[in-house]
Amino acid sequence: MQPVNEMKLEFLSKSSNEAFARVVAAAFVSQLDPTIEELADVRTAVSEAVTNAIIHGYENETGIITMVCRLYDKSVEIEITDNGKGIEDIELAMQPLYTSKPEMERSGMGFTVMESFMDRVKVRSKPGEGTTVTLYKTFGSGERAGKNQDK
Amino acid sequence: MEIRFSNRGSTLIAAFSGELDHHFAEYAREKIERELIKATTRNVIFDLTGLSFMDSSGIGVLVGRYANIRKLGGKAAIICSNSRIRKILEISGILKLMPVYGELNDALRALPGA
Repeated sequence: MQPVNEMKLEFLSKSSNEAFARVVAAAFVSQLDPTIEELADVRTAVSEAVTNAIIHGYENETGIITMVCRLYDKSVEIEITDNGKGIEDIELAMQPLYTSKPEMERSGMGFTVMESFMDRVKVRSKPGEGTTVTLYKTFGSGERAGKNQDK
Repeated sequence: MEIRFSNRGSTLIAAFSGELDHHFAEYAREKIERELIKATTRNVIFDLTGLSFMDSSGIGVLVGRYANIRKLGGKAAIICSNSRIRKILEISGILKLMPVYGELNDALRALPGA
């Protein structure tokens, strides 16, 4: 299926860009006329994915995060990519309450929040190369896809 | 993001406003800790009604402070009316540690010495 609109954004892995990324994603997705709640869901999930890229992908070193948003008729696909350290065990990383950084008071709920607020979350990662998280959501009374993950 | 503090008896009320994410987590942590060490504080109410956004970084901040409040023998409660923030509180399991209320008066009634 061809997207009806698409955008790509690159920004540095600075924590001040967490708000920037979720505002941009929400503004772009607004074209599909989602409800306020649906828009809040997108903002939250994007914030989680970008925060993960900054803390875990780049471990607070500076790198580039890429966000691609594709709009379809009633749905959105948001891809957030870092070229950081990657995830050794995706299944473990996605478990509720699991965190590799408890000393930083991370709640270990990032992926769980993404999965709860979006229809589907896909994670692709290679240790040493980076991680891409893809968030899917259909607006309105669209079909609800099941949760899924790719390794 | 801002946090304003007020006291009701031995209860500290930490009223958040703005957006609480990873970027502001450190600031929030330090600001609340500075209040917690004051001898007058026993219980804490986290008033999230002024927040327009919170993600799981906020959960880390609240759970971390809760651990310290418990060490001081106190209790904690949350006030929240935003449905999205409420959903994050629910899925995080934090409500098992701290009850959530819609209004300040209900939270104050639930805490002793407020």
